[in-house]
Amino acid sequence: MRDMEDQLRSILTPIAQHPFHAVTDSAPYTLQLNAQDVTRICRVLQQHDQLYFDQLSCITGLDNGPEVNTLEVIYHLYSIPFNRSLALRVVLPREAPELESVASLWKSANWLEREVFDMYGIHFTGHPDLRRILMPADWEGFPLRKDYQHQEMYHGVTVKY
Amino acid sequence: MALHHTLTQDKLQYQVDHGHLEKSEPNKFRSGELRTEEMIINIGPQHPSTHGVLRLEVLSDGEVVKEVVPHIGYLHRCFEKHAENLPYNQIIPFVDRLDYVAAMNCEHAYVMGVEKMLGLHGQLPKRVEYSRVLVAELNRIASHLVAIGTYGLDLGAFTPFFWIMRDREHILRMLEWTCGARLLYNYIWIGGLFYDLPVGFEEKAREFIQYFQPKLNELEKLLVENKIFIDRTADVGVLPLDLAINAGVTGPMLRASGLRFDLRRVDAYSVYPELEFDIPIGEGRMGTIGDCWDRTWVRLQEMRESCKIINQCVDRLLSDHKRTREFDPQALVPKKIRPTKQDIYVRAENPKGELGFFFRADGKSDVPFRCKVRSCSFVNLSVLPEISRGALMADLIAILGSIDIVLGEVDR
Repeated sequence: MRDMEDQLRSILTPIAQHPFHAVTDSAPYTLQLNAQDVTRICRVLQQHDQLYFDQLSCITGLDNGPEVNTLEVIYHLYSIPFNRSLALRVVLPREAPELESVASLWKSANWLEREVFDMYGIHFTGHPDLRRILMPADWEGFPLRKDYQHQEMYHGVTVKY
Repeated sequence: MALHHTLTQDKLQYQVDHGHLEKSEPNKFRSGELRTEEMIINIGPQHPSTHGVLRLEVLSDGEVVKEVVPHIGYLHRCFEKHAENLPYNQIIPFVDRLDYVAAMNCEHAYVMGVEKMLGLHGQLPKRVEYSRVLVAELNRIASHLVAIGTYGLDLGAFTPFFWIMRDREHILRMLEWTCGARLLYNYIWIGGLFYDLPVGFEEKAREFIQYFQPKLNELEKLLVENKIFIDRTADVGVLPLDLAINAGVTGPMLRASGLRFDLRRVDAYSVYPELEFDIPIGEGRMGTIGDCWDRTWVRLQEMRESCKIINQCVDRLLSDHKRTREFDPQALVPKKIRPTKQDIYVRAENPKGELGFFFRADGKSDVPFRCKVRSCSFVNLSVLPEISRGALMADLIAILGSIDIVLGEVDR
């Protein structure tokens, strides 16, 4: 774990334009990044021959609620040749959240980002096909936000069950 | 007639309005913008070969598929929203309903995650761990049987489906014996099991394996080595390894593309490091590595490996970790489940691939602040447009069937 921390720090520090830091109480090892650094750092994480995180397993959206007023996006990466996992955490504002898409690096990001967009309303710039994935296009609101209230009627059908 | 008509009109909750369909944007392509030779064909959501409520929007040129757009969400049951409002132990029945043909494996993955958060992992009695692996591997066989049987059905082979249903019935009855439910078990609990295995279960499991192994050979001869089946699947829907890794594909699909990668071996969770089994990979015997035939063949071989694992589990459950009167499978089940503040991502090898759970516990409540499922079917399905471009319409069904999706897990 120590080695990985030093290695990541030495490789990523010259690339990152904003400071990043490790997160405690988190498994696997997690780095918190600035939103503007995501694609830049991901590209290095994927292509650097000592890191080689070739698989993007999961993208999680998360809402910290209206009091904290932030959203988070968490990327779980895995390197098959080195058998190592890494998580990246990005904190975004709740109003007009925007993040660069990593779909050009990992194809798995395509649907995973669409799901985060659908559930939290985080806009991924540069995404090839950013449409809602689980909900219909004219659904109102983002269901997994903590303060979500569903609409009364959808196309003449009562939503409340 | 007129009276009847008005009566039903009054009762109708849903009024048909064609504008609704426009607004919900059911299609990606618009018919007005197509080229002369192109046509949009809609498959599903109520089509038997889409394996559930999946809808495929196919842009075709004659019989050639130009582009496929899967439309999902018809079985979206808000698992993640429910999970944010339920205590950890009450989420297990919801987890069953993700991949409902392999519910034991889903439970196993989920429970391991919560146990890791509580610091229970590695402390459970070996009998509990071996029982978990035993039932999970039985369920893995049941899941692969459904995958292969329904795949045969997609391609026009009717008999294997009846054969696999007959064999799967034995597994379902055995699992029903453990907990009372045929499909959605709620058997594996956080910190233990609901009950110990029923008396005589181990012997029955061994008897089943003895019965089942010859049946596997029959299935192989009848379906997998069948000339028609090979013609329909070899060299169809080839998934190259680099694309598989980049697209996050896992499980039998990744292994069929030629990578010997199995989380049971790589992560060595539960008692898998103590068990001997091989990891079959696709070799391109009938065509190219990573084609539909390879995926089916890998599933078939994995059932053989599961049989080996079950035999070893039964051996240990009857020798080193025997049933005793004092044994309480619920001894370590916590009365109150309140993990400390943390983020955790755990994963396990499901029959369909890597099932991952992400939890955030806030340390103050009994419900997860966030519980995200990384579903294997969802990620595996997202590669469908890539591997079916340029295929024939009939092959599209063959490719979709070989991915082996369960819509309960795709939509959650």
